[in-house]
Amino acid sequence: MSPATVKTTYREAVKQAIREALNRDPRTFVMGEDVGRYGGCYAVTKGLLQEFGEERIRDTPLSEAAFVGAGIGAAMAGMRPIVEIMTVNFSLLALDQIVNNAATIPHMSGGQFAVPVVIRMATGAGRQLAAQHSHSLEGWYAHIPGLKVLVPATLEDARGMLWSALQDPNPVLIFEHVNLYNMEGDLAADAGAVPIEGAAVRRAGRDLSIITYGASLHKSLAAADQLATQGIEAEVIDLRCLRPLDDATIMASVGRTRRVLIVDEGWRSGGISAEIGVRIAEQAFYDLDAPPMRLCGAEVPIPYPKHLEDAAVPQVDTIRDAVMSLVRPQGRPA
Amino acid sequence: MTAKPRLDKAHARRLLAQMIRIRAFEERCAELYTQQKIRGFLHLYTGEEANAVGIMEALSPQDSVVATYREHGHALARGIAMGPLMAEMYGKANGTSLGRGGSMHVFDRATRFCGGNAIVGGGLPLAVGLALAEKMQKRPGVVVCLFGEGAVAEGEFHESLNLAAVWKLPVLFVCENNLYAMGSAIERTESETDIHRKAESYRIESHQVDGMDVVAVEAATRTAVDRMRAGAGPQFLECKTYRFRAHSMFDAQLYRDKAEVERWKERDPIKRFGEWTVACGLLHESDVRALEKEAAAEVEAAVAFAEQGAWEPVADLGRYVLMDKVPA
Repeated sequence: MSPATVKTTYREAVKQAIREALNRDPRTFVMGEDVGRYGGCYAVTKGLLQEFGEERIRDTPLSEAAFVGAGIGAAMAGMRPIVEIMTVNFSLLALDQIVNNAATIPHMSGGQFAVPVVIRMATGAGRQLAAQHSHSLEGWYAHIPGLKVLVPATLEDARGMLWSALQDPNPVLIFEHVNLYNMEGDLAADAGAVPIEGAAVRRAGRDLSIITYGASLHKSLAAADQLATQGIEAEVIDLRCLRPLDDATIMASVGRTRRVLIVDEGWRSGGISAEIGVRIAEQAFYDLDAPPMRLCGAEVPIPYPKHLEDAAVPQVDTIRDAVMSLVRPQGRPA
Repeated sequence: MTAKPRLDKAHARRLLAQMIRIRAFEERCAELYTQQKIRGFLHLYTGEEANAVGIMEALSPQDSVVATYREHGHALARGIAMGPLMAEMYGKANGTSLGRGGSMHVFDRATRFCGGNAIVGGGLPLAVGLALAEKMQKRPGVVVCLFGEGAVAEGEFHESLNLAAVWKLPVLFVCENNLYAMGSAIERTESETDIHRKAESYRIESHQVDGMDVVAVEAATRTAVDRMRAGAGPQFLECKTYRFRAHSMFDAQLYRDKAEVERWKERDPIKRFGEWTVACGLLHESDVRALEKEAAAEVEAAVAFAEQGAWEPVADLGRYVLMDKVPA
């Protein structure tokens, strides 16, 4: 008999994770723009102000550098802040604090200070919010030593990664794709903390590996279902964590399937997809039957109209077509 | 604005001794830089000693300090031992931060000295967070955040003052206004050169003090700290000061007159306070000479400590990039 499940959404799962953290650890508090009275830009924290009060659900001024830096300082002094930034584009206003302080202070201080802060933010395209609210910059952050970068794509991870992130002595960034907040599904009633390292094989397959994360996971799984009707079995890897990358799971999968497609909403040039591709070339070159392939966001600022926004990021059909071209190159019979 | 503290002999001696130690340390650092014992950027505090000494004199061990990249004086006055501080200048493993930070990044957990921050303005949000933690954990500690007047042009300055004021956090923002942001004179970079008025606009209690007068700085800091401990929220102090030396060791000082430097040197905080203590009978001339001698000996011992230090093994290069636990 399977354990009891509850119907929930990604948004509810994140909220439940925050609620659990606030109940379990008095050092934990939430701060960010409109997390309290407004209920959160994406309604993740709705109701928590009434439940936990203004001391622990802190509305901040529109001062990303100050409140992210304050989260870092509070973490250095014994608190376990959960800082919410409305969207990844706004996090650039706090880049100094994240990169120059959170990521450097433990090492630069010779290990005297840890920065156990968690910074959550929305990322990605799909809500017609145009070029200053829709980018996927998590790959940038994955460039920075000293940070951990999480990309929960499932209800289990939305529910379970936060607590583990709060137990981690390092700064952890959690990127929640805007298109996932309304995703519904069944979650174990007793769902709780999950590991925050390691990729997961979300679908087993023999013909190629699709390596992806975030909202692209679900598009990749849908594409894999379509491909299965044509006899192509794609293995789908959910990276879960962009820093550190789980090389072992990637290489094991590529070793089995010998073909790989990396699907990333972020831009191709200098992106996390490039990093993954080169790691595969370095570590699994002789396992490959074809060059690694990438399907990435178009190299444009994300536009507003739906047809252009859709065209700017990987979709089920473009993933499917990319797989076909990888598995059955033109001119070669199936 | 505030009552002068009653100075007894021990207190006067302590203030003077600290300033003399800092001066001796910095002058020795300059020599060591020319000998290439110290590398990178080196920003000396000579001329500004009264600020660090007056401020730290008014703090308790429970308080925290966020400093700048010109922080050797802050560190010494806060109580960080001179040997590890000098070893940090060398980059040796017996330095305060294992030698990893160097001149600009002194950290010391024991004295709650949270850097050594070399991004101008970047330390202010940290100080806000440290103070938030004090307040949320109902601890009595206050946070002193030091920065130069150059930081006032950064957005982080304004964001941090505002947030600290909105949340009534116990941060004492101290602007050490030495009139030049590197080589940029304040009147060339600020539309409002009266810095402390900017803090007033955030409804923060704000005062100017003569940063060449250690007693005035101590008195002003004590008043501000008392207010914060009573729950009055953030305070602001603008210390009017001057650096006698170049911005860093690479600075040819093309942007200021030698005559201006000489005028300020007439207000040398050590000379001024030393002469005053002798004139009013708190100390004898021989006491001052003895302090100088002690400082010189301490500096030489610190140099020896640094010289004897080992380099951190290359094998440890990646240690603490990620922590495996939060230090107790």
